[in-house]
Amino acid sequence: MEQIIVNGLILGMLYALIALGITLIFSIMNILNFAHGQMYMLGGFVVYYLYGVYHWNFFVALGMCILFLAVIGAFFEKFFFRRVLRVARREESSMLLAMGTALLLENIALISFGEKQRGVPPVVDGVIQILDAYVPVGRALLFFLAFVLIVALLLFVQYTKPGRAMRALAQDKEATYLQGVDINRISMLGFAIGASLAGVAGGLLASIFPVFSGSGTAISIKSFIMIIIGGAGVVSGAIVGGFVLGMTESVGYGLIPGSMTYLLIFCAVILLLALRPQGIMGKPWG
Amino acid sequence: MGQLKSLRTIVMFVFVVLYWVAFPLYFRNSNYHLGVVITASILSCISLGVWLTFSIGRINIGQGAFAAIGGYTTAILTMKLGASFWLCLPLSGIVSAFVGLLIGIPILRLKGVYFAMITLCMTEAVTLVFLNAEKLTQGASGIMNIPRPGALTIGTITIIPAYQAGHYLYFYYLAAFLLLLVLIGLWRLNVSRIGWIFRALRQSDTLALSIGINVVKYRLIAYGICCFIGGIGGSLFTVSMQNIFPTSFRVTDSMYFMLYCFLGGLDYLLGPVAGAFLLTGSFEALRVVQKYQEGIYACLMIALMLWLPNGILSLRFRKRALGKELKPEG
Repeated sequence: MEQIIVNGLILGMLYALIALGITLIFSIMNILNFAHGQMYMLGGFVVYYLYGVYHWNFFVALGMCILFLAVIGAFFEKFFFRRVLRVARREESSMLLAMGTALLLENIALISFGEKQRGVPPVVDGVIQILDAYVPVGRALLFFLAFVLIVALLLFVQYTKPGRAMRALAQDKEATYLQGVDINRISMLGFAIGASLAGVAGGLLASIFPVFSGSGTAISIKSFIMIIIGGAGVVSGAIVGGFVLGMTESVGYGLIPGSMTYLLIFCAVILLLALRPQGIMGKPWG
Repeated sequence: MGQLKSLRTIVMFVFVVLYWVAFPLYFRNSNYHLGVVITASILSCISLGVWLTFSIGRINIGQGAFAAIGGYTTAILTMKLGASFWLCLPLSGIVSAFVGLLIGIPILRLKGVYFAMITLCMTEAVTLVFLNAEKLTQGASGIMNIPRPGALTIGTITIIPAYQAGHYLYFYYLAAFLLLLVLIGLWRLNVSRIGWIFRALRQSDTLALSIGINVVKYRLIAYGICCFIGGIGGSLFTVSMQNIFPTSFRVTDSMYFMLYCFLGGLDYLLGPVAGAFLLTGSFEALRVVQKYQEGIYACLMIALMLWLPNGILSLRFRKRALGKELKPEG
């Protein structure tokens, strides 16, 4: 049981990283990033090639992964979402666009990398014992890295000038504009950060889960579940959602056979929605 | 205005004649061409359900789930109980609608992105149900060799003869008939009082509530009809393919149903039909690029949203809309 809980905590921390990315984009731009899972997948491939194939340093590979996804995110925001948000009269438009980007990324990955499942060796060898649970040092390192990244992001959003602008933008677009904030630049930055969070999570999880071109949809669905559980657009909700899902998944895979776990999770989510549609931490909305 | 209306009627009539008479006569021996139009017709049917949920202002990415429920209902009933296809077809719709209503009660309270997210998750959940219920559905290996429809008789009179091997024209007319039926039904619904209520719901739930509309009831009606159509479409699809797998209707399929609606234009009832026929048809015509189908669909989605957010059918009306702007009294 301790083993299951420790695994759940590690998974939960990494899932929180994914959920933070999607919730950041959602709260700033009011766009649901369907391509989040595909960005995660691309992050995994960056680490696979740089670290697994070309044997770069793992941390350098992670850095490149952040950079690469940030560029993709900024590109999407500048050339796709900005225009559609400006001309669209329906909120559905940005959603279909997001789906389009998701399919596009997945298809590009499929054509260039094929369907083969790949993996990378753990970064550090060895096992440590916590109570009755055995934790590979590699996984403990992932936990630590994810923790550091989450704290860094929270500090950035809380105390820096662009971070404050982001929070303001999430609250009220017009008022932020009146304060002289360059909304386009902040949106682009937010999208880039959100995308790179997905990418870095993919890079970190490359040594636990297989890296393959079709992994995106499952991660997108997981991240939707996380923000539904926690409450969309709320930072604390994303973290709570990540931990709840990580823990449930770990316990479920430990005790119930195979794909039943996710079936139960889906049912629980629908039940939760019936009781509390705004999620655990979310504010009630109309 | 009157002139335009009569022109529209003529164009409509030409299309119906082409679809019902000219095409099946000309291609009656080419199973391939018939097959393409059969697929397009069934996909349009299923997408019309999605269109209806759009008309109440909900983004439905879960239609694949209900098509799968309909398909599996037909498959299980015909295989395990030996039921007739003609009984299974409406029954599949009813089962889908029932499940839809049951799930709809909690989830229809959600709006916008939230509804989209939960319906997307639902597609995945239904796939998992069929994957896990191995006793009924044979899990991942799917149900194969589903029998073709038999004869439909009332008393001693045969209304619809049994399917004969290799006779695709049979399914062609079945699918065409179903599509026409769904279209006429939705058109009637759309111009009736209920149609206006649906549009009122899209504009504002609160406003609709304030003028005495039972919001919950009409939302459920719309969603129920949507699921019913999805179930029937899934049933017909399964029988024409003769097999069904848990992965027959995936999340991407649900997204394509949305894409058909958007491509045609959300403001037009014929939008999903135009979208489905255009995409299915053009891909069969360009077989060489079929490997890149998803990629091209993706680029199409992006391009569509960037430059033509109201769909292809909106092009037709551009001139008229311009005239309206100049002469507001219309």
